[in-house]
Order: sequence, then C-alpha cells, then structure tokens
Amino acid sequence: MRMPEPDAAVIARKDEIAQALSDLFRADEKAAVITDPVQLRAFECDGLSAYRMRPLCVVLPETTEQVARVLRHCHEHKIKVVARGSGTSLSGGALPLADAVVVGLSKFSRILDIDYANRVVVAQSGVTNLSISEAVAGEGFYYAPDPSSQIACSIGGNVAENSGGVHCLKYGLTTNNVLGVELVTIDGEIVRLGGRHLDAGGYDLLGLITGSEGLLGIVTEVTVRILRRPEVAEAALIGFPTAESAGACVAAIIGAGIIPAGMEMMDRPAIHATEAFVHAGYPLDAEALLIVELDGPAVEVAYLRERVAEIARSVGANSVQTSTSEAERLRFWAGRKAAFPAVGRLAPDYFCMDGTIPRAKLPFVLTRMSEMSAHYGLGVANVFHAGDGNLHPLIMYDVNKPGDLEKAEEFGADILRLCVEVGGVLTGEHGVGVEKRDLMGEMFTETDLDQQQRVKCAFDPDSLLNPGKVFPTLHRCVEQGRTHVHHGELPFAHLPRL
Amino acid sequence: MVAAVRWAIAERQAFAVSGSGSKLGWGRPGEQTASLSLSALDGIDLYEPEELVLSARAGTKIAELEQRLAQHGQQLAFEPPDLGPLFGGAAGAGTLGGAIGCNLSGPRRIAAGAARDHVLGFSGVNGLAEPFKAGGRVVKNVTGFDLSKLLSGSFGTLAVMTQITLKVLPAPEEAQSILVFAAAANAAIEIMGAALRSPHELSGAAYLPARAAVRSRVAALAHGRSVVVLRLEGAAPSVAARRAALQDLLRGHGDIAELATPDSRVLWREIRDVTPFISDGMRAVWQVSVPPAAGATIVALASADDDVFFDWGGGRIWLASEHDVATTTIRIRAAVAAVGGHATLVRATDAVRRTVPVFQPPSRAEAVLIARLKDNFDPHRILNPGRMYEGL
Ligand SMILES: Cc1cc2nc3c(=O)[nH]c(=O)nc-3n(C[C@H](O)[C@H](O)[C@H](O)COP(=O)(O)OP(=O)(O)OC[C@H]3O[C@@H](n4cnc5c(N)ncnc54)[C@H](O)[C@@H]3O)c2cc1C
Repeated sequence: MRMPEPDAAVIARKDEIAQALSDLFRADEKAAVITDPVQLRAFECDGLSAYRMRPLCVVLPETTEQVARVLRHCHEHKIKVVARGSGTSLSGGALPLADAVVVGLSKFSRILDIDYANRVVVAQSGVTNLSISEAVAGEGFYYAPDPSSQIACSIGGNVAENSGGVHCLKYGLTTNNVLGVELVTIDGEIVRLGGRHLDAGGYDLLGLITGSEGLLGIVTEVTVRILRRPEVAEAALIGFPTAESAGACVAAIIGAGIIPAGMEMMDRPAIHATEAFVHAGYPLDAEALLIVELDGPAVEVAYLRERVAEIARSVGANSVQTSTSEAERLRFWAGRKAAFPAVGRLAPDYFCMDGTIPRAKLPFVLTRMSEMSAHYGLGVANVFHAGDGNLHPLIMYDVNKPGDLEKAEEFGADILRLCVEVGGVLTGEHGVGVEKRDLMGEMFTETDLDQQQRVKCAFDPDSLLNPGKVFPTLHRCVEQGRTHVHHGELPFAHLPRL
Repeated sequence: MVAAVRWAIAERQAFAVSGSGSKLGWGRPGEQTASLSLSALDGIDLYEPEELVLSARAGTKIAELEQRLAQHGQQLAFEPPDLGPLFGGAAGAGTLGGAIGCNLSGPRRIAAGAARDHVLGFSGVNGLAEPFKAGGRVVKNVTGFDLSKLLSGSFGTLAVMTQITLKVLPAPEEAQSILVFAAAANAAIEIMGAALRSPHELSGAAYLPARAAVRSRVAALAHGRSVVVLRLEGAAPSVAARRAALQDLLRGHGDIAELATPDSRVLWREIRDVTPFISDGMRAVWQVSVPPAAGATIVALASADDDVFFDWGGGRIWLASEHDVATTTIRIRAAVAAVGGHATLVRATDAVRRTVPVFQPPSRAEAVLIARLKDNFDPHRILNPGRMYEGL
C-alpha cells in the first residue's frame, strides 16, 4: 500500500507546528497536544493494524470552537489533518500520515440532550454508539444501528463511515438514522446541517457528509433518531446442509414479504471456530447456519416465527431452533458476535473483508472463494449479513511468514473484484479508507470518480483532510464556475435572509 | 443526453429539466432558455423482487412502477406523493426522476425513510456533459461519497439523472387507521407523540383540523370534526393486536373510531397528495418541516383563515394562505428559525416565486458549500439554473 510521499519540509518543522498548535489554546483550556513518541504510539493505527504510521502530533480539542481554530490554522498553513474517533476503522480510514496532524475527538464525550418528545438524542461526536442506547434504555428506547464494535466506536466515526450492524436490514444504516450534524470545515467554518426535524430543505449535505470518511470536514455533534424497543425479540438458529439451501432460504423469506430484524449467515469454518470459542450451541453438522431475528408485537413475532420455520423446512433446512428466553436469544447471537475473535484464535492474523453482493449470487461467490482459498493456500471463514448481501470473509494469515501478508492482500482484492463482477460493491459498511482505495477503479470509471472529487473540491479544495484515503489519485481542484468566494464574501448575499 | 448538454454548452443555452413537467410549478421560475424533457426516457430496466431492487429510466411514471411492484406484493415504501393535481395538473403524471429530484416522501417517511433513503444508485450527466454513475444496486454500499443523497432533492440543478436504482419493499397486507376526534392542535401533538413513543409501530400520524377534515372523501370524516389519524400497517394479526393496544393507550383523549383498510388507503392518499388544498386554486402552499413537538407552535402563528394540516406526527405542516406571500413567508421562517427546521414555498404564482425565496435560505457557511457544489457540477449554469437559488 503506497501512501502519498510525505512532505519532508513539514516533518522537519514538526516541533514548531506542535508549538503553534499548542499556542492556539489558552492556559485555562483543556485541549491537549501530544508529541511524546511513546504516547503517540497509541494513535499509530486503527482497526486495520497491518498499517502503521506515526503522525506529526495529535491534537485533542474539547470544544467545537477549538476544532475550528485548529482547522483554520492548518488550512492557513497548509498542514494535513486526519480526524480520529475511536480508531476502530477496519479500512485504515484513521491511519495517520507522517506529515499530518491527527485531530482526536475523544474529549467530545458528552450526551448533550435526550429529547423523548421529538425522539432524538443529541451527542458530541466522540460519544460511543452503545452509550447512546444505554442512555435511553431506561425509557425503553434505543439507537438502531449496532456495529459489532459498538462499545468502542464513536458516533462521529459511525457518521464518517456510514456504519451498519446486524439490525440494519430492517432499521437502516447510520445514514437513515442521523437527523443532524455539526461540522467544522477545513477553513474553520462551523456548519449545522439538519437538526431534530426530517430532511434538508436544500441540497442534502447531511447525506453527503455521512460516509465521507473524514474527507469533507470534522463532525463535532450528531443528532440521531431513537426508536422504541420492540415488544418482543427472538432469534431462530437454522442449520442447512448446503450454502445453496441457506441462500434459497434467505431469498424465500424476503420473497414472502418478511423483513426480519436481522438475518445473519455463517459458513462451516465460521460455525466451527465460534462454537469452539463460545459454545453457543451451533449445529456442527451444518454447512451453513442462519440466525434469523424477528422483533415486534408478540402476535406478529409468533405469526412470523411459523412462516419462517415453514420456509426453512421447505428449502431443506436440517434444524430449526427458536430462542425461548432472552438469555437463549443472546446465546444464539454470542457466537456470531464473537466471530472475529474466534477466527483470531485459528490464525495469528486475519483480514476482515467487507464486500456486498446481490443475495442470489451467494452460492456462486462462496464456491469461487473456496477455490481462491485453495489457490492462495490461506484459510477463509465467512460471516455474512445475509439479508442485505454484505459479506465478511475473514482471511487468515501469518504476518511473520514471508509473503503471507501480500498473499492475503491479493486474496482479499480478488474477493472484492469478484463482488463487483457479480453486480455488488467493494465495501458495504467498513469504508474504502486505504484498504480498498486502489480497487476503486474496479467499480468506477475515471469520470465516475471525478464526480466524487467534485464534492471533495467543494469542501476541501487543497485536499488537506485525510489525503491518501478513498481516492486512488487525487486531481488538483480547478477553480470552476462563476461563484468565487473572496474574503468570506457570500454568494447570493442579495437574497433576503428570510 | 450528453449531446444535448454539449449543445447547450456550445450555444450558451440553459435547460429547464423536467420529467412530465407535473411539478414545474415548484421551485423558482428559473433562468432557462430551452427545455429538456426526460419523459421519453422511460421503462423498467431491471426488477428482481427477491433482491428488493428495481432500476428504471428517469422518465418512467411513478404510477407504472407502483403497478408493476403491486403485481409482486411490493411497493415504494417512501410513498411518493402525486403532486400534479396540487399544481393544477393531472393525477398520475409524476415520473421517477421528478420524485427523486424533489426528494418527495409521503406519510410513511416517519417509519420507512425519505425518497433519498431508497435510492441505491443512478446514472446521469452533469453540466459538463460528462456521463457518470454513482452508488450501485445493493442496499449496503459505502464505496465512495453518497452522491445518490446529494442528487435527491437537488431539483435537477447538479446533474440530470437518466436511470435510477431503488430499494423496494414488501407492501403490507393491511393498512388500517385509528381516528381520534375533537382534538385541538396541541392536544393532537400530544396524542401523536404518545402513539409514536409507544411500541406499536405507526406508519403514519397526521392531524386534520375540521376545515381540512371536511374535505375528505372518507365518510367517517364528513361531519367535519378535527381528527388525529394514526396508521397501522403489517400482517393482519399484528395490525389487530396493535390496533387494540393503541386504543387502550389513547382512551380518554377523545372519541375513537376505526378505519378499515379501504377507507384508510383513501384517506392516507389524500394526506399524501395534499388533497385538502387542491381545490383552493392558487392559494399559496408551504411545506414546513420542524421537530414534531414544535408543530403546534408553528400553527399558532397562522392567521385564522389560513388552513393547515399536520403529517409526520406534527413534524410536517402543510399550510395554505391567502395572505401576502412575502410577509407570510417571513413570519413562518422566523417561527421555524426559533425551533429548527425549514419552510418551502411549494405553490405560488411565478411572480411571487421570482421574488420570495422558495427554499429555506441556507446559513452563510452552508451557502458557500452549495455554491461550490453547483460550480463543480454545473459551472456553465446549464441545468435548471436559478430553480433553487438565484444565480445558481
Ligand atoms: C471488532 C470490530 C467490529 C466491527 N464491526 C462493525 C460492524 O458490525 N459494522 C460496521 O459498520 N463497522 C464495524 N466495524 C468498523 C468500525 O467500528 C466502524 O467503522 C466505526 O464507525 C468507526 O468508528 P471510530 O470512532 O472508531 O472511527 P475511527 O476509526 O476513528 O475513524 C474512522 C474514519 O472516520 C473518520 N472520522 C472519525 N471520527 C470523525 C469525526 N468526528 N468527523 C469526521 N471524520 C471522522 C476518520 O478520519 C476515519 O476516516 C468494526 C470494527 C471492529 C474493530
């Protein structure tokens, strides 16, 4: 993975830059600038730990206004900036650059308002995903998108990655559950987009920010929609003799007009790895396992339970087990939720891939993947958000074996190419980051990528925010059009501000 | 399409971009010198019910899509309003490109998301005559910036969408409603709030004051009492159970009646299409989006002879007024500014829409971003220039 050549002149001025950043804060402000190499080590990588880099320094501001000050300064002095939430990204989105400042949001850790009347929570961007649900659990509410990393990942990081979770089949991704953000642009402007109401009145800038991987601005505050907990939730474990029959079951359930709260699939290697790890009671004779979660009013769940079981049997399921208590439901999920660490026990290292495919292509893709696994001599286990076609192949390798890392990267790239080939996409929820950056050309033409860069140019013409991520090559932004904003002068200033 | 935009660049022309033209009355009159209609660009290119996906050309009629989906028990869950009649045109004329371009969402917005939430990808041509695609055909996709969101609701000012891929969903077996009568606006907000905070999964929550209710074709509303309408959709046994639970919850808030699926469908279509205001000819109509609990405070500012009704649990207010549009707009926007949200002047005469900002004026910082986006996608101002903002 090649990163843009760091600017040696900037690195040479490292101490000076850190000092200038420190000088931005008054003595009574609690913002921090970290330069100590030992402390910096904690920021060297994110969840894609195969790639590491020590940043110039790390700034931990505490208020939006401080973020604005930092960005204004960096903009003026053309210093690159990498935003960081909790650093759990699996695509290297928060990977530091040697000539960039990391702006960490860890001090943005307060929930600002819980508003049951409007069914929203307003939180600072460093607040963890889970703590939002916890804050409203007492009143029977929750925040729906639930990435497996939810105890650690920040809501700002979720917005930046448009994160999903096992429940997004029914309840949507981050983008469908965020109502507003406060954003600081690279020139230090504070922009509020959306709020506690629905939909933008003009261009949907909120929709654009969501999933922008730290390339368009730094999110300091997020307003999310909260939902009332369903009356009942239960899970069914369904074992299948073949991946084909499991795939057919998924298609038949959706074809019957049922949208389960979650529908997860695991292949044989994943079933065995997790069963050995957490003893969830998974059927070891199955080639594929489905976890189907149903939620809603008790009568509805009971009604759908029967229909799902019927469908499963009609496509040849070996076994159908339905949870009869909350403890059992959680046990069914425990295996799936521990899939990553469970696979981690089988091999010294693993990559978690994240392509999406049209559901019907699943059997074909699984077959091709096992051929590739044989070809590269590397094991692969599959967990799969089956309901929405989002694959997470876990490629096992050993970084200490010469050539293994490169082979694993090649294998991963082949899988993602296959996803695109069958009509899918490179990444369903983990983001492009550095990991899939060089594969963007598999899915998009130059012109397609140009349009995305037009957005980048509108927000960050000097490309100071998270350079080297998402785009294989960054074009220089040309000054387009007629609206030149000189000295903060406003376009359409003549409009009455009604 | 590419050739048309190339021609416009060379000849320094500007297009009014339209589907069937059913919503040409929405937005500023614009600064076009030519028109570009997509109505001939129609047809469904792909529909896989089990994959919940459909791709169609931008000029395809929404009515055609709905008919095709219904054959497989599916629907466009965002419930696109048919606004043709509101603008004095025919019903059923609206196109897919128009619905997405205006980000048109119906009452089910509160449960299923907006039009923009259902766009998986598109192909289009920008103002530089460059053909491009964005997104894909699968629901989970974070590969690059989400241009589908940017284009939804951009009123054709950034690029012309030629083909759009949508997420489609199963249609509910039943769609019944509960009516709670004789409520004033703040009581209605209370009732809708209580229902929406319950676990009974509403897919619609509206309030029709007496003057709007009496215009409904549904007999149960004919006596013209103010009414809260709460919709429950899903499998029959589930709807029955939730209907009973909801009635228990709301006992004491007013007289309660039930509306069976056929009448319920008629009523929600009226709410969706702003039918209560159609017959008012050219009375100006605003759509206001605010935090739902603030709905009543906005309505309190309306004049006695203005007509209003609520959708989205109080979060969307439709308002029709005969008073001077400019001053009414100032009044509404001041009220909206106090609670957060936006007010759009949906229907007014050309002359009014030329002088009164149709869309909520953006903040200073947002305005800069909007202008730069327009500059980057349509620097020569060929696509619907001025339709959203003067000079852009
Ligand atoms: C064990 C494990 C399980 C996971 N499971 C899931 C899962 O089920 N679903 C899923 O979608 N993801 C999952 N992830 C990936 C990851 O947790 C998500 O992408 C998460 O949203 C990242 O949040 P973060 O706060 O850690 O962001 P970081 O890793 O710190 O940053 C991620 C990206 O966002 C940018 N960023 C962060 N904060 C901001 C901000 N405030 N403003 C602007 N840009 C910002 C960064 O620059 C970077 O590009 C998993 C990760 C791990 C390690």
